[in-house]
Amino acid sequence: MGTHAQIPLRRVVITGTGAISPFGPGVESLLTGIRDGRSAVVDLSAEWSNKIPALTCLVGAPLPEPLDPKQIERKFRRSMGPTAMMAALAAREAFNQAGLEGETLASGRVGVSFASTTGSTASLEQSFLHYFQKNFTESLGSSAFFQIMSHTCAANLAHFFGIRGRVVSPDSACASAAQAIGLGFEAIRYGLQDAMLCGGADELHAVVTGCFDLVHASSCRYNDHPDRTPRPFDAGRDGTVCGEGAGALVLESEASARARGARILAEVAGFDTVADGGHLAQPLSDSITRCLHNALDNAGVLPEGIGYVNAHGTGTVLGDAAESQAVVDVFGPQRVAMSSLKGHIGHTLGASAALETIVSLDMLTHGYLAPTRNLTEVAADCVGPDHVTTLRYQRFDAFVKNCFAFGGINTVLVVKRYEDA
Amino acid sequence: MLEQEDADRVKRVLMEEFELEEDVLRPQASLYTDMGLDSLDSVDLVVALEREFKFKVVRAVDEERIRAIRTLEDLYGFIETKRREAQANPGA
Repeated sequence: MGTHAQIPLRRVVITGTGAISPFGPGVESLLTGIRDGRSAVVDLSAEWSNKIPALTCLVGAPLPEPLDPKQIERKFRRSMGPTAMMAALAAREAFNQAGLEGETLASGRVGVSFASTTGSTASLEQSFLHYFQKNFTESLGSSAFFQIMSHTCAANLAHFFGIRGRVVSPDSACASAAQAIGLGFEAIRYGLQDAMLCGGADELHAVVTGCFDLVHASSCRYNDHPDRTPRPFDAGRDGTVCGEGAGALVLESEASARARGARILAEVAGFDTVADGGHLAQPLSDSITRCLHNALDNAGVLPEGIGYVNAHGTGTVLGDAAESQAVVDVFGPQRVAMSSLKGHIGHTLGASAALETIVSLDMLTHGYLAPTRNLTEVAADCVGPDHVTTLRYQRFDAFVKNCFAFGGINTVLVVKRYEDA
Repeated sequence: MLEQEDADRVKRVLMEEFELEEDVLRPQASLYTDMGLDSLDSVDLVVALEREFKFKVVRAVDEERIRAIRTLEDLYGFIETKRREAQANPGA
């Protein structure tokens, strides 16, 4: 056996963030909505009950105003459905903040790791309407496929920004953005790229909520009171509520960021993703526990070094209980503050880990903990973590972002305050 | 020659489909260098013209003709040819 030189691991920092969320365009509108404790969940019964009469969940968290497609030049826009458009607008904000542009993006040392559950659902629906109603596809136009393909975000982003490094799209349903951030982190950490545009996006559609309906994972008891659902970790929780949006983060090697004089927002310290290997839809707390331990080891951070867990916490009966159990197993009872942001913005699916990491970064920077909206009575099977139920002003130095997905996919990111070595 | 009314319909399709300004739509203007269209756009242009003029582009017959189109004038000529063929063979 030959000997292999040890590759030194590089530190990875965040230098830009961008968002399109149910609170509107831009990171600031997202942060303001969360800080104000508002709900972005609204009644969609008029639109959805016509589309799918049997749908039981008639609420969702859409963008407050439809996107103006003309924000993106036609030659780029034509291959984008709403999912990729949201991704492009969020990414533009993130690159603007990071100060990355032009030749640097085209250098081959900058890549994209960006994902969604699927390509554009609206474009997919239009395509199948053509196919099923007319039994042919010729009149679809040239760009339908580019809007529908599973890597529509990553490919369109590379095209839009002229990026020529690696382009990957770890589409893993609700864990898409978490895996995308994790793979981007690894690419930089191992010296393969200097910067990665990371994140995820997904659009709201009755069919998507219908998929959650089918497995009884959607909320259906609060259709008359949209702002009271989802209710992560609450005794009255009855399922999740789908939202939409895009979250983008620019990850960069510490050396690159410092050489450019970029403002460093935080450090991504660790990542892990593991499979349940047991069930496609039923979360396993043991797998979440394993993923948390692995990610903390990967980050070189002890459980007591974590001040906050930003939970996956979708408001499903099984998922919230499994996550609470795992957090207690790893951190101990009442040892770590935890909240979910899905009571505010619903479950933004492929975008969720990116949007929620961006909000958690703001909490890390400004020393506060946003509560789990709608958590009024902690459910017996969710007791254990220190649930944040009201806004707290509390400084912490590192947080964990949990994110799980159908398919038995568990993903954990560890982010900490950046400090010079 | 394509009648003015039909030439205007072609221009309207180009403006709506590709967000072009009318002043670029001169007869000698190149679809590619002047209007900025590319190979994907040419596919969409055909679909839009089929819809507008109710003719059917047959790939085996028309592909070479479409490839030869460079200017707006060429495009007018192609549409005129398709119409003549449709009139000569209305069942096709």
